[in-house]
Amino acid sequence: MKNHTISVLLQNKPGVLSRVTGLFSGRGYNIESLCVAETLDPGISCLTLVSKGDEQIIEQITKHLHKLIDVIKVTDISEKEYVEREMALIRVKAEAATRAEVLRVIDIFRGKVVDVSARSYAVEVTGTASKIQAVIDILRPIGIKEIIRTGTIAMARADKKK
Amino acid sequence: MGKITGAQAIIKCLQEEGVKTIFGYPGGAVIDLYDSLMDSDIHHVLVRHEQGAVHAADAFSRCTGEVGVALLTSGPGATNGVTGIATAYMDSIPLVVLTGQVPRHLIGNDAFQEVDIVGITRPCTKHNYLVSDKDDIVSILREAFYIARTGRPGPVLVDLPKDLVASLITYPEKKPIRMQNYQPTYEPHIGQIAKACKLIMKARKPVFYVGGGVTLSDAGGELTELAKKLNIPVTMTLMGLGSFPGSHELSMGMLGMHGSYTANMAVSQCDLLIAVGARFDDRVTGKLDEFASNAKIIHIDIDPTSISKNVKVDVPIVADCRYALRAMNKWFDAEDSFSIAEEAARHEPWFNIIKEWTEQHPMTYKDDDTVIKPQYVIQMLDKLTNGDAIITTEVGQNQMWAAQFYHFNKPRHFITSGGLGTMGFGLPAAIGAQMAFPNKTVIDVAGDGSIQMNIQELATARQQGLPIKIAILNNNFLGMVRQWQELFYNRRYASTVMDIAPDFVKLADAFGAVGLRATKKSEVEAVIKEALATDNTVVMDFQVNPEESVYPMVPAGKSVADMLLV
Ligand SMILES: Cc1ncc(C[n+]2csc(CCOP(=O)(O)OP(=O)(O)O)c2C)c(N)n1
Repeated sequence: MKNHTISVLLQNKPGVLSRVTGLFSGRGYNIESLCVAETLDPGISCLTLVSKGDEQIIEQITKHLHKLIDVIKVTDISEKEYVEREMALIRVKAEAATRAEVLRVIDIFRGKVVDVSARSYAVEVTGTASKIQAVIDILRPIGIKEIIRTGTIAMARADKKK
Repeated sequence: MGKITGAQAIIKCLQEEGVKTIFGYPGGAVIDLYDSLMDSDIHHVLVRHEQGAVHAADAFSRCTGEVGVALLTSGPGATNGVTGIATAYMDSIPLVVLTGQVPRHLIGNDAFQEVDIVGITRPCTKHNYLVSDKDDIVSILREAFYIARTGRPGPVLVDLPKDLVASLITYPEKKPIRMQNYQPTYEPHIGQIAKACKLIMKARKPVFYVGGGVTLSDAGGELTELAKKLNIPVTMTLMGLGSFPGSHELSMGMLGMHGSYTANMAVSQCDLLIAVGARFDDRVTGKLDEFASNAKIIHIDIDPTSISKNVKVDVPIVADCRYALRAMNKWFDAEDSFSIAEEAARHEPWFNIIKEWTEQHPMTYKDDDTVIKPQYVIQMLDKLTNGDAIITTEVGQNQMWAAQFYHFNKPRHFITSGGLGTMGFGLPAAIGAQMAFPNKTVIDVAGDGSIQMNIQELATARQQGLPIKIAILNNNFLGMVRQWQELFYNRRYASTVMDIAPDFVKLADAFGAVGLRATKKSEVEAVIKEALATDNTVVMDFQVNPEESVYPMVPAGKSVADMLLV
């Protein structure tokens, strides 16, 4: 079972998102992450979801998504060359003894500090899901207070020949 | 063009869609619609419970192939309809269900009789709409009909806020519907058709396994042509009965949990399974690994999600069953007739094995002159109606016996809740069927449990003057559950004894219908004859053998080898 990143174009209308999530809960498919926002055309949203399942399940998921009347296009992006990004906001303990260490770590991962208090930093990191996980693993011993992740968004790479 | 109210526009749109009969129940949120309905020539059937309205509309559609229409008020009216909608959804029946909704400014306020019916029915409709702009009323309604009847059909619900229905609008001109995001595939891929036909040419032990999709796409003719041409035996699911003539020698009857010995053996030993408009439901397959385990599989279905859902398929064909079967007929017609005759002859040894199975274990029961056997009642109904009645059923043993012992030779004559198995379906369904075909004999084969679930619809039948016949196989049990308790729970009959029941003859009388009773086998024929000769709603109470069971039976999740026989 591997993670699949599925990109879904859908009508930007009320209730459409619940059709998608209802499909997953009703049929017992799992959602690792889900991200949705408007596209270039404000009438259409793009939803990126990551799901885990064997080939047969993923095939059913894409077919069922396609069957929803408000869904325009479904692509299993992980079948192609693609780029993916996720962002995380991490509030990490930053006391006198650890401040420098936190700054060093986020510098290595090209993150930045977006909020400062007497005892903590909030840092922003962007990258693949595995890079975000790496930052979290390194910061954890220092003391993470809170994490907010966006979930993955992804885009197929342009066809180089065109 | 002058302005008309939303309600008038809705009625006009229904007429434009060819709707002549609708089933419903009024209330505050739909009062405008009912007011406009009075001025139209659409016949409204006033039911006694909204579940009945949706089942009747559903059966109307099952009999005619047209889109059934139900009209319900907001809140409890809409929620009462949900079982009906789910029933239609599971069997892919095209319906448009119109529900009233509170005025827009009250939506979300927990207003009186407000319920989020679009939210509630999202998982059991093909699609649904909450209309939010008066200028969308007609276009949404047209889209609803289009979605309901095209592709894999299904129920579509349109929720109509009262203020929109009361407002003035300009009726939009009719335009062809084009939906960028909804384009069902009808035509099969020609390469796949050729692949399938070549597989058929190689097979020595092929079997057709056909389901409700064949009926829905009116492909019975194409199927019969192909099966006869190539001499391929046919088995049908509960939903497929009648799509191939049940009395034809190539018919093996129904397969699955209560299917015939022959059909189940044939499927387990075939070398090619041609599944048409069927979905490998667990009640059909039993233990999946052993279902058609030696066979290559061709699967024709208009819904890609049905294909390779439960079993791996060798040749998938996404298409309307009729288009696909027609293409296969054409492919074989292009072969020279000698090789087709040879092909048909090659299936003769297989056909002989099948005939032997039927001789060894025909669809039968142990008859007994001291009691009324429920199977005997069905056989009598079959005989006295020449197998030509529209049979609706409730759910349970009554449904299975009707499927096993009535010979359905034509499509759209067996009206039953397959996927959801809804007790209480049969009586309102008989009303819908009789509304569609006033001159046909319509019989609801019922159990004493199920009939009590929507018994109030006797008043609807009477009000419409419908001569429907209800045959209660009265065993004083929730028979099918009792059967499972007998077989798998040491005969502990927990809550399945129905010894307190109404006197059905008096009950019929109270509704102004005719009640008849048979307590002895010798009375059965006379009761049925009298019922058929009566131009009124008739309730027949057959006091049958209480602990009769349905056989054959493949216990849930087991394989054909574990089949229990008479
Ligand atoms: C609405 C509903 N509730 C419960 C069931 C479960 N169930 C399936 S068959 C059955 C017994 C039906 O009894 P009856 O109508 O008397 O028919 P019989 O099996 O005796 O012919 C029950 C309770 C169901 N199918 N539908």
